[in-house]
Amino acid sequence: MLEITTTRHNHLIDPILHAWNWEIPVYLFLGGLVAGMMIISGYFLFKERVKEDNCSCFYLPMISFVLLSLGMSALFLDLEHKLFVWRLYTTFQITSPMSWGAWILILVYPALIANILIRPPKFIANKIPKLAEVSQKLIEHKWAVKNIGVVNMLLGGMVGMYTGILLSSLGARPLWSTSVLWLLFLISGLSGAAAFVHLIAKNVYERELLAKSDNAFLIIELFVIAMMIIGLVTSSKSHMAAAHLLLNGPFASVFWIFVIALGIVIPLYIQLLAVNHKIKHTPIAPIMVIIGGLILRFVIVAAGQHSHWF
Amino acid sequence: MARFGMVIDTRKCVGCTDCVIACETENDVPNGFARDWIVQISNGKFPNAQVEILSERCNHCSDAPCVTTCPTGASHYHDIGGIVLVNHDECIGCKACIESCPYGARFVHPEGYVDKCTFCVHRVEEGLDPACVSVCPTHCMHFGDFDDPNSEVSKLLQSRKHHSLLPEAGTTPNIYYLT
Repeated sequence: MLEITTTRHNHLIDPILHAWNWEIPVYLFLGGLVAGMMIISGYFLFKERVKEDNCSCFYLPMISFVLLSLGMSALFLDLEHKLFVWRLYTTFQITSPMSWGAWILILVYPALIANILIRPPKFIANKIPKLAEVSQKLIEHKWAVKNIGVVNMLLGGMVGMYTGILLSSLGARPLWSTSVLWLLFLISGLSGAAAFVHLIAKNVYERELLAKSDNAFLIIELFVIAMMIIGLVTSSKSHMAAAHLLLNGPFASVFWIFVIALGIVIPLYIQLLAVNHKIKHTPIAPIMVIIGGLILRFVIVAAGQHSHWF
Repeated sequence: MARFGMVIDTRKCVGCTDCVIACETENDVPNGFARDWIVQISNGKFPNAQVEILSERCNHCSDAPCVTTCPTGASHYHDIGGIVLVNHDECIGCKACIESCPYGARFVHPEGYVDKCTFCVHRVEEGLDPACVSVCPTHCMHFGDFDDPNSEVSKLLQSRKHHSLLPEAGTTPNIYYLT
């Protein structure tokens, strides 16, 4: 018999660590979604789809801009010492993923703005007529558009990876201490973004392409989740216990039902039927993928804080 | 360079919590929070039962994950003895250090910054022991420099069996428990 008693009780830590609340999963989800949209938009720019009048690369950066700002606001809400947030930008801590993330996000905004400038939304262009000239000059220079696309893809990839590395660098939480978490969050971000663009795209070719891409991302995501769990259950006792939180522990029902079944497998089945022209495209599948991506972040953040060394 | 740490004799510790009270008093720890605490581990069944009482706190690790994950440099090693400290004016309260600490030694102070044991650095700078060590009625706690082979703590480690907490977490903790 082993019995442990302690006199300690620190708020947010005892009896179970709960220092990060809803703000962090929302931030990670929106960060991943924006990362995916930057990669998709950047790819379309690189492929010179600016010739198409209804290319999604014209409105995705504006949506990304808003969603990223919402994500950053969630992160700001999580800070306990809010008035000192500017301290993030007085230093660069090379070993801290959060410091990397803060500086990467500073680079992301100019990249998004450059993408927006290729064709500014009407409500902005009407107020600042000069933007039309900038837009015209950019479109005349193919290399500039292509480079904006490449930069967006690169920064999108970095943001997507960062959302996973932020957690996996915290070795005290065995569930996060896995080398594939960055890949899981990147793929999940791409999948959510592909679903989102599939949902709102006006261009039929893009809608079809992104439905097919989303199917590939969902299959890869399932594979990465399997790799992550196999890695955990074949590791130390603490890591095995962390995996069991998802497999058959307190987070199992949410994980299996909302993340795996409703968030990946069922929408994948629906979209496979749709791209093979067995059924019509439906908005239900991409909505399920997007909500599944959000719940994945909630489950991973909550279960990770539940996991500990022993 | 010095490497400050503690050696705590679990055979002498009776879990009186004097160290906890001394810390709260010395460092004005807010109500409901604790920089140090007592853990009692009971193992086995009578007549083969064992009890170990541990006075725990921040382990002032030599490879402190809280220092490496801090995005502003607020968590840092002090010049004196590698004591791990938090600069309140640099801390943004992101709680990455809390998540990265395998010992659960850090908490958010009601004023917003992250707080934890400082080894009573203000006393150590004056050549005194931390408050918890100085009040211990059974003299089970010892504070000193592990890099000095002639220090009391180094000699205790040479002469007695000991263990640290969660060495497998790879943080190189600087608190040892004599068994």
